Amino acid sequence: MISFIAKRLAQSVLVMAIVSAVSFSLFNFVGDPVNNMVGQDATREQRLEIRDKLGLDDPIITQYSRFVGNILQAEFGLSYRIKRPVDDLIVERLPATLELVFVSAVISLFFGIVLGIYTGIKRNSWISRVILSTSLAGVSLPTFVIGIGLIYLFAVHLRWLPSSGRSGVVELGWWKTSLITLEGWRSIILPAITLSLFQLTLILRLVRAEMMEVMRTDFIKFARARGLTERAINFRHALRNTLVPVITIIGLNIGGLVAFSVVTETVFQWPGTGLMFIQAVNFVDVPIMAAYLVFVALLFVIINLIVDILYFVVDPRIRLGG
Amino acid sequence: MNHLDENPMTRWKRFKDNDIVWSFLSSPGAMIAAVVASVMILACIFAPMIAPFDPFDPAQISLWDGKLPPTWVDGGQSRYPLGTDNQGRDMFSTILYGGRLSILVGLAAVCLGMVLGVTLGVIAGYLGGVTDAVIMRLADVQLTIPGILLAILINGIGRAALPYELRDEFAIYVVILAIGLTDWPQFARVARGATLVETNKEYVQAARIIGLPSWLIMFRHIVPNTLRPILVIATIGLALAIISEATLSFLGQGIPPTTPSLGTLIRVGNDYLFSGLWWITLFPAVALIVLVFSVNLLGDWLRDALNPKLR
Repeated sequence: MISFIAKRLAQSVLVMAIVSAVSFSLFNFVGDPVNNMVGQDATREQRLEIRDKLGLDDPIITQYSRFVGNILQAEFGLSYRIKRPVDDLIVERLPATLELVFVSAVISLFFGIVLGIYTGIKRNSWISRVILSTSLAGVSLPTFVIGIGLIYLFAVHLRWLPSSGRSGVVELGWWKTSLITLEGWRSIILPAITLSLFQLTLILRLVRAEMMEVMRTDFIKFARARGLTERAINFRHALRNTLVPVITIIGLNIGGLVAFSVVTETVFQWPGTGLMFIQAVNFVDVPIMAAYLVFVALLFVIINLIVDILYFVVDPRIRLGG
Repeated sequence: MNHLDENPMTRWKRFKDNDIVWSFLSSPGAMIAAVVASVMILACIFAPMIAPFDPFDPAQISLWDGKLPPTWVDGGQSRYPLGTDNQGRDMFSTILYGGRLSILVGLAAVCLGMVLGVTLGVIAGYLGGVTDAVIMRLADVQLTIPGILLAILINGIGRAALPYELRDEFAIYVVILAIGLTDWPQFARVARGATLVETNKEYVQAARIIGLPSWLIMFRHIVPNTLRPILVIATIGLALAIISEATLSFLGQGIPPTTPSLGTLIRVGNDYLFSGLWWITLFPAVALIVLVFSVNLLGDWLRDALNPKLR
């Protein structure tokens, strides 16, 4: 157990080292950091002073270790464009993204697992066929097209829901939430559905495949031979064994949702970290790009680590075999 | 003349009895998808001959004809079957040219990812040891971060590294590079797996014994035998690459509006959606979805057809 976790930890550290090196080189190779901080008419002396202050003449190793030191203290410097500390910006916009991802995760996991189990058990019913064909269409629909379609239908045509932005925000300490007002729910529902659809189809197909796999195993055949009811077979025996991979699915799901929140937030002008990242890329705002990269990588490393450990805890085959 | 030419029936029969062809002919979904995909791809390739207008030629565009609805809607003109966009470009022609660009970028990106991934995967699988560990760890690290984010990032860095005036001109190459560099790990994993299986087979052992150099064994003997599973990933990868390109362009990071791809067209159209000009968005979006859907269906069928377990 300990050696397993140690191995995983070592890999996570490696990932973070590589990602931080990439994000460090962003600062050095994308544009001139001094030019990005001073105006056009800065004198040579001012430029040299800033160079000196930033330590740009130090050896690359010294600079890198200073960079890593800063990251460990969540210190990413000032945004070139907004001139505010990047970590403040991220903390400010994080609740919007996390709430969006949370609502989408609930939607996609609930419907994905329920529909996946249904289509896995009733393989040949026409409802299953319809659900499956629709799910293949879902994989082919780019997230932003779904978003535009929903906006056109519910905001432009029917005028039921707002087309963009995040309203009904209430402050709970430093956390600004939009989940406790009706107005907030009205504004989160379209982006959340948009974000969840692709993941929903993925989960549906994975759970279905897993369910069909389990239904073929000997212990299910044996349960049938013993004359157990369909209900007992499906829910007591089959479902339990499909739930182990569902843990991995949840991990993948949250990762995918965070990634595609960039697209969804742009379509709906949702004021989260993803929208901030896209704007930063547009304006080559290196500190935000670098910070977002490190932040997302860290998130993924943590998710993967938790998934691995949970897998280990839940599945006795891995625990005893490994 | 050899005996095969003497009897065309046997030749046709042999072709028909080929397992993949057989599976294709007995799967109506795959056939429809293949027809739809080929019609779309051919139409886009021959866009200059089919399209009634050249959307890149300013002489053929008139702002007076801007924002006209499709023919069957009130105010539509028969010259523009699918209406015109905000600049007076014929939607039908623009979609053909845009689809051409989308398919081109998709194919180029998949080829780049495939060449890179297969090369690295086969090297990793054949040489093993430290080389294997380094390459596959790199693939693992890259797979931790989802493709679309990485593509946005590589694309952003690529654009930032170019001087401002050249950004639009080189945008298409940057996009190809970004998507290609994003999807190599998939190819590398599969190629490595197939290589590990092939390396232990007798023909590779024999090639080793007669003293062929490693690179020759890898690329002349092993690579051709890894191509079946690679083909499946490449097909699904093409659909994903087309979506990635469209997403990048939609985010304003990809192909510029002067030479629009399908994603760029949807982005431009999105600005006019609120004023009720639905056709500027709808038709490119439908073209994109139908294209990706049919390629996905083909990939799905191919995966099942090449999977020995399901036969």
